[in-house]
Amino acid sequence: MNLFYLIAFLSVFFSLLVIFSKNPVYSVLYLIITFFTFTIHYVLLNAQFLAIVNFIVYMGAIMVLFLFVLMLLNLNKDSEPLKSNIVKIAGVVAGMCLLVTLAGSVKALNVSDPLVLKNPDIGLVQNLGKVLFKDFLLPFEVSSILLLAAMVGAVLLAKKDPKKV
Amino acid sequence: MEYAFVLEKLILVTVIFLITLGIAAYSTLAERKIAGFIQGRVGPHRAGPWGMFQPLADGGKMFFKEEIIPAESNRFLFIAGPSLALLTASIGSAVIPWGRALTIGGRTIELQVTDINVGLLYIFGVVSLGVYGIMIGGWASNNKYSLMGAIRAASQNISYEIAMGLSIIALLMVTGTLSLKGIAAQQDGFWADGWFTWNVFKQPLSFLIFIVCAFAECNRTPFDLPESENELVAGYHTEYSGFKLGAFLFAEYINMFVSSAVMSTLYFGGYNFPFMHDLGLSENVVAILGVLALFAKIFFFIFFFMWIRWTIPRFRYDQLMNLGWKTLIPLAIANIVITGIWMTVKDLI
Repeated sequence: MNLFYLIAFLSVFFSLLVIFSKNPVYSVLYLIITFFTFTIHYVLLNAQFLAIVNFIVYMGAIMVLFLFVLMLLNLNKDSEPLKSNIVKIAGVVAGMCLLVTLAGSVKALNVSDPLVLKNPDIGLVQNLGKVLFKDFLLPFEVSSILLLAAMVGAVLLAKKDPKKV
Repeated sequence: MEYAFVLEKLILVTVIFLITLGIAAYSTLAERKIAGFIQGRVGPHRAGPWGMFQPLADGGKMFFKEEIIPAESNRFLFIAGPSLALLTASIGSAVIPWGRALTIGGRTIELQVTDINVGLLYIFGVVSLGVYGIMIGGWASNNKYSLMGAIRAASQNISYEIAMGLSIIALLMVTGTLSLKGIAAQQDGFWADGWFTWNVFKQPLSFLIFIVCAFAECNRTPFDLPESENELVAGYHTEYSGFKLGAFLFAEYINMFVSSAVMSTLYFGGYNFPFMHDLGLSENVVAILGVLALFAKIFFFIFFFMWIRWTIPRFRYDQLMNLGWKTLIPLAIANIVITGIWMTVKDLI
């Protein structure tokens, strides 16, 4: 339990640093550390597969691409676009709305009932695979079609001349 | 948690780490010797017999050279880059099974640091982290050649990771487990049920794709675009000197060692060798011979890495991307489909 509080503190600390650091490359590096703490959370929950997939996909692939783009842009204070006050106010209002929604949904949760899993090994690869391919086959396949559609869309957008497809 | 267990693992980790460092150090000598052999030269031969002390001399030189940190660079990240490269290179060996279990005085000692049941994915994750050291170091140098090298490394690793992952999926369909210990144990001996037990004979195309991707992930020739010296001075480590440069070079050799170990374990039977159960030897002797067999395979793959380096010239950047996206990924997907059909027809599921 102490380990959980330490990791939770680190998660919150590094995610705050993501927001407060001025340099976007630093933000991405802090975000990588935040994702790493999430991986530790998954390991603590005995969800090994989710942990390692989070590790590979978020830390290993998506963040590399983020870093790649930011390094290419090489943003600094001089080239940062000036934001008008209206945009800032809109951002604050949107953030507050999100906060209220999140707080409301957290409050609606039944926190008095501690979560005890019927099967603590559900996060292991074998069990997770069986659940995904037996009980939740349709949602699983639908989400794969969604990802495929996103991929096709990205390829179409990246094509130089869409008429020649 | 008993103390003997902790002590056992501690010794194992230390031994593996020292062996890793030793092999990485002597790989630099082997590389120069093999280059000399292939080009009809002698190679380093002054320091000790056959140049045996050359790595020590090189290491000493790296230590005592002046450390230069460019004035306009990002100081913290400049140091973090090579450290991260060395760290991510070394942690990959944690899940490799080095041999069968030894039995000493009624106590079974596993020659593997940890057998997590997602071992293969762990290796994959560590490999995908390896690029951060290069990217951070290259960006923090504040040098256009370093940045170009870092960006090349990032796009190359991302491209070849996909093909590597897809080639592993076909292997997983055959083995049915992600644990490296399980995969090694399945390849017991050399011949069983009328076919070879080693996975390379079951999944040859998967192995071919995997080894090409391993070359690309280790930034070895013909895929050493991130440090191609005739375009980018020295790529991502242009600004590095002294021991920080040494760390980058060392990380490359450790990566080579770990990926050789992974390839031996996944495809070439790991610690298994032919006729291992027919020689009438005790279990412990077989286990020790198995460790030697694994290292023989690893040394062969390290030699293969070097052999390729001094044989095949570097790719052009567009050729690299075409090979990754238009050849290896479709081949890997076709391999998955063929494996699936074959397993369904043969009713192996």
